[in-house]
Amino acid sequence: MIAPSHAIILGLAAPLAVALLTPFLGKRPQLRDVLGPIGGVITFVAALQVALAVIAGDTPEWLVVNISSGLDLSFRVTALGAIFGLVASGLWIMAAVYSVGYMRGTNEDNQTRFAAFYAIAVHAALAIAWSGNLLVLFIFYEVLTFSTYPLVIHKQNAEAIRAGRLYMGILVGTSLMLLLPAVVWVWLTAGTLDFKQGGILSGQLDPALAPWMLALFAFGIGKSALMPIHRWLPAAMVAPTPVSALLHAVAVVKAGVFTMLTVVVYIFGYDFVAETGASTWLIWLASFTILASSVIAIQKDDIKARLAYSTISQLSYIVLGAALASEMAIKGAGLHIVMHASAKITLFFCAGAIYVSAHLKKVSDLNGLGYQMPMVFIAFFLGALSIIGIPPLGGSWSKFLLMAGAAERGMMLVILVLAVSSLLNVWYLLEPVMRGFFMTPKQDVKVSYHPLVVIPPIVTALLSVVLFFVPWPFSTLISMMVMP
Amino acid sequence: MLDQLLSHWNYIIVVLLMMIGLFIVISSMNLVKKLIGLSLFQTSVFLFYISLGKIEGGTAPIIITSGHGDHGSYPSHDILYSNPLPHVLILTAIVVGVATTALGLSLVLRIKASFNSIEEDEILAEKRVMKSEGRSS
Amino acid sequence: MIDWIKHLPAIIVVLPLLVAVIAALLPARFGWVLALLATAGSSLASVVMMTDFMTRWAGFRMSYHLGGWAPPWGIEFSVDHATALVIMVISGLGFVATMSSKSLFANEISSDDLGRVYGAWLLTFGGLLGLVMTADAFNLFVFFEISSLASVTLVAMGGGYDKRALIAAFNYLIIGAIGATFYVIGVGFCYAMTGTLNMLDLAVRLPEVNDQIPVYIGLAFMVTGVMVKAAIFPMHFWLPPSYGHAPMAVTTLLAAVATKASLYILVRVLMTIFGGIDTLPQLILQWVLIPLSLMAILLGTILAIYERDAKLMLAQSSIAQIGYIVLGFGMGSLAGLQAGFIHIANHAMIKGGMFIGLGGLAMAVAGKTKLNDLAGVGRRMPFTATGFLICGLSLIGLPLTAGFISKLYLITAVIEAGYWQIVAIVLFSSALSVIYLWRLIEVMWFTPSNSGDGRLPEQVMIYAPLWILALANIWFGISASTITEMSYGAAQVLMGGMT
Repeated sequence: MIAPSHAIILGLAAPLAVALLTPFLGKRPQLRDVLGPIGGVITFVAALQVALAVIAGDTPEWLVVNISSGLDLSFRVTALGAIFGLVASGLWIMAAVYSVGYMRGTNEDNQTRFAAFYAIAVHAALAIAWSGNLLVLFIFYEVLTFSTYPLVIHKQNAEAIRAGRLYMGILVGTSLMLLLPAVVWVWLTAGTLDFKQGGILSGQLDPALAPWMLALFAFGIGKSALMPIHRWLPAAMVAPTPVSALLHAVAVVKAGVFTMLTVVVYIFGYDFVAETGASTWLIWLASFTILASSVIAIQKDDIKARLAYSTISQLSYIVLGAALASEMAIKGAGLHIVMHASAKITLFFCAGAIYVSAHLKKVSDLNGLGYQMPMVFIAFFLGALSIIGIPPLGGSWSKFLLMAGAAERGMMLVILVLAVSSLLNVWYLLEPVMRGFFMTPKQDVKVSYHPLVVIPPIVTALLSVVLFFVPWPFSTLISMMVMP
Repeated sequence: MLDQLLSHWNYIIVVLLMMIGLFIVISSMNLVKKLIGLSLFQTSVFLFYISLGKIEGGTAPIIITSGHGDHGSYPSHDILYSNPLPHVLILTAIVVGVATTALGLSLVLRIKASFNSIEEDEILAEKRVMKSEGRSS
Repeated sequence: MIDWIKHLPAIIVVLPLLVAVIAALLPARFGWVLALLATAGSSLASVVMMTDFMTRWAGFRMSYHLGGWAPPWGIEFSVDHATALVIMVISGLGFVATMSSKSLFANEISSDDLGRVYGAWLLTFGGLLGLVMTADAFNLFVFFEISSLASVTLVAMGGGYDKRALIAAFNYLIIGAIGATFYVIGVGFCYAMTGTLNMLDLAVRLPEVNDQIPVYIGLAFMVTGVMVKAAIFPMHFWLPPSYGHAPMAVTTLLAAVATKASLYILVRVLMTIFGGIDTLPQLILQWVLIPLSLMAILLGTILAIYERDAKLMLAQSSIAQIGYIVLGFGMGSLAGLQAGFIHIANHAMIKGGMFIGLGGLAMAVAGKTKLNDLAGVGRRMPFTATGFLICGLSLIGLPLTAGFISKLYLITAVIEAGYWQIVAIVLFSSALSVIYLWRLIEVMWFTPSNSGDGRLPEQVMIYAPLWILALANIWFGISASTITEMSYGAAQVLMGGMT
C-alpha cells in the first residue's frame, strides 16, 4: 500500500493537519468535531502500515533534516515504537469521538483551543513513538509536555492554574535537570544517540556508572510517574476527562514508560542492564510505587483521583518489567503498554460518562447507579478485570508475562508484589461496580443519555476482551523487541 | 627603594589621581562632583601615557630638518625624540573625555529639570517612591 | 570602481557613521528611512564581505589597512571566522531592530527628535561594527566610546517618557566611562612593554616579555574594562536599569547586539592578544570567568523571578544569558568557545524578538510593561503575542528552537570538561527560568484582562520583524548547522587552530 517512510510522514502529518485546521473551523463546530475522528482514522491506518512493515522485517525510517554535526531529526520505527504508535493512534479515534460528546455534554468553553492542542499532543506522542534517536525523543517529549499544558489548565480557575504549575514544574524540572544531562551523557559516552537492538552502551559505559545513568533516566522521565515524581498525575486530573482519558491514561504516561523501556532495551540493552545489576534498586522502587499507590488509591473517594493512583501503580508495572530486564519481563512490559491503555481508557471514559450523565464524581455516590447506566458499569467492570489481570481479559497476558519475567530473574518477592497488587486492584476497582449493582441508591439521580460518551467505553472494553484472544499484532511485535 | 619611588614620581601622581578620581565618583552624592571625579580619573590616564612617552634626553617629537630650503631639507640624524605616539593617543582620549563630560553634564541638566535635584540620595528616594506607586513619570 | 569589494570592511563601518550625521541634520521624517538604508547597506555589505572572505582569502584572516598604512603602525581591520560571525549577527539584528523601531518609538519619543535619535542609533550601530572589526587596541577604545556614548544618548532619550531613564543613562555613562578607561590603562601597560598597539603584533611580542609584572597588570585592566562593557557580574549593575527604562526600540537594539560585541572583545583579548602566553588565558577563564558567570546565571535568573515589570524581568534575564555565554567561553575548550558563540547568535535573535514583541504588546495597553498591565494581551493580540511566545520558549530552551541548541551545546561542553556541579547549576537555572517565563504566559493568556476582551490593533511593522526573528528561532532550532559550524570555525580561530 503506502511505502513505510510515507506512512511515517502521513502518521505524523495527520494530527498536525487536524491541529492546524481546527482554529479555522472554530465557528462551525459540526465540521470541527468531525475532524478529530477522521484524523484519528487516517493516523491509525498509517500506524498500521508502519507496524506491518516492522513485522515484515523492514525498518521504516525518515530523515527530516540534519540538525547539526552528528545529530539528526530522524524517525526510525522500532518494534516497541510500532506498538506505541498503534496504541496512541487507535485510541485517539475513540477519544476524539468521546471528547466531542463530553465537551458538548458539559458545555465547555474554549473547545477549539482544546481540540487543537489535543491533536498536537497526539502528534507529539507519535513522534516520540517513531523517533529515530534519543534526541528526537527528548525533543518531542518536551513538546508533549508543553502542548498538554493548555489542556490541563483548560478550566482556567485557580485550582487549574495551580495544578498547571505543579504539572509543568515537575515535568519540565525533571526533564531539564535529569533527563537532558542523561541524554548528553549517553552522547558523550557512546558517540551516538541512535536506537539499536541490543543497546549502544555495552562496552562503552563503565559498569559502575550504569546504575547512576539509569537513575538519571528513571527520575528524569517524570511522565512515567515513578515515586516520588508522581504528584503531577493526580494534580492533572483537574483537566476535563477526555484529557485524562487519552493523555493521562494513554499518551503522556505511555510516552513516559515507553521512553523508559526504549532506553532500557535500545540504549542500554537489557542484557547489559541485567549483567551490571544497574536496575536492582529500580526493581524495589517500582515495587514500592506499585503497592504504595494502590494503597492510596483505596483511600480516594473521587473517581478520577482513584484512577490516577491506579495509573501510577500500573505504570510502575512497566517500569518494573524494564528493571527486571529479562526476556519475558520486557515482553510483559511492552504488552502491558497496550493492555493497560485499553483498560484504563475504558475506566476513564466511564468516569466521564458518569459525570456527564449523572453529575457524580465520587465513588460513594455510585450506589445503585448501575441499573440506570448498565452499559457503562459493565464496561467499567471489564476494564477493571483487565487491570486486575483475570482471563479472558487482555491484561492477564501482560501480568502473566511480568510474573514469568520475575521468575526468570529468580525474584520471587516480585511475584508476590504483583499478586498483592492484584488483590488491592480488586478492592479499589471493583468497589464502584459493587456499589453500582449491589447497593441501594442514597438519593434519586437523574441520568441523561449521551450516546457519544457511552459507546467509546463499550468499544474499548470489548477491545480488552478481544486482545485476550487475538493479541495480534502486539504479540509478534513484543517478540521482535527481544530478538538478539 | 625610596630612590626607585622618587625617580618614578610621575607614576605615583598618576596612581594618586586615579584613586582620588575613583573615590570621588563612588563616594560623592552630587552628580556634578561625580563627573569631576571621572574627569580626574581620565586625566590621570593621560598623564600615564605621556609619562610613558617621555624618553630621557629626548626632545619634542617634531622632526628637525637640516639643510636649507633650496637644496631640499632632510631630517637630521642623531637627534633623540620623545615618542609621539602616546601624544596622539592621548589627544584622542582627551576628545573622548570631553565628549563624555559634555554628555554627562547635559544629562545632569535634564535630571535637574526632571527630578529637581542633583543629589543622588534624593533622586534615589524619588525613584523608590515612583516604583512603589507604579508610576513612570 | 572594481576595488570597492576590497574596501568593504571600511564601508561597513563608515556607511552608518556618515548616514548618522546626515540623519541628525535632515528633518526628522527622513530619520527612519535613512537608518533602514544604512543598516540594510551594512548587512548586505557584510554578507558580500563574508563571501569575499571565504573565496579570495580562502577563509583565513582578511586584513584591511585603513588609509593604506601597513600595520603595525597603521590601523588594521581584521576579519576572520569569529569576526565574520559577530558582524553578521550585529548587522542582521541591527536591521531587524531598525525595522520595528519607528513603530516602537511612536509612544515614547516625540517625532521631532527622531532625526537626532536615528543619528545616535546609527552611531551605536556603526560603532559596534567597527569595534568588532578593528585589530588595533586603541582604535578599539575609540569605537567602544563611540558606541557607548551613543547608546547612553539613546537610553537618555527615554527620559521624556520615563524619567528614570535619565538616571539610568547617567550611571551607564559613568560606569561605562570607567570601564573604557580601565581598558585604556591596560592598553597603556601593554604598549609600554611591547611598543605596539596592533593586536596581532601584541600577540607575538607579549610572550617575549611575559615574565614582567606590567603585562599582567595590563591584562587585568583590559579584561576588567571589557567586563564592565559586557555586563559580566559584578560589573553588570548598569544594565538592568538602562534596558529597563530606555525606550523599547533602544532596549531591543542594545539587548540584541551591544553586549554581544563586548563579549566577543573579551574573548579576543584573552585568546588572541594574550593567547601566546602559555596557560594564562586558561587560568583567567577558569578561575575568574567561570565563578563570575555562575553568579551571573543564578543572580540574573533569581532576580528576574522577583521582578514585577516585564521589561526589567527580561533585562535581568539578559544578565543570566550573558552568564551562559561567558560560561561557555570559560570552559576554554573548542566545545566551550563554540557553545559561547552559538549563544551569542541565538540570544541576539531571542532577546531581540522578545523586546520587539513586548513593545508591541505594551503599546496596546497604554505603554505600560508591568505584569498586571499585560493581563490578557495574549488573547487580544494573537499575532504579536504568539511571536513573543515563540521567542520566550526559545529563551527557556524548548527543543525545536534555537535556545535549545545553545543549551545543548553548552551542557555538552561543560560535561565534556568534567564540571558536573556546574552542569547542575546550569540546568537548575534553566528550570528556574521557566518560572518567570511562565508567569508572563499565565498573565498574558490565562488572566482576565483589565479593559475588556476585544481584539487590539496590531501593527505590521512590529509583528513582521518579530515574526522574522521568531521564525529564525525555529529555523535555527531545527537546521542549526549553519550557526554551529560557523561557531566551530570561530572557536578554532580563537584557539589558534587556523591562520
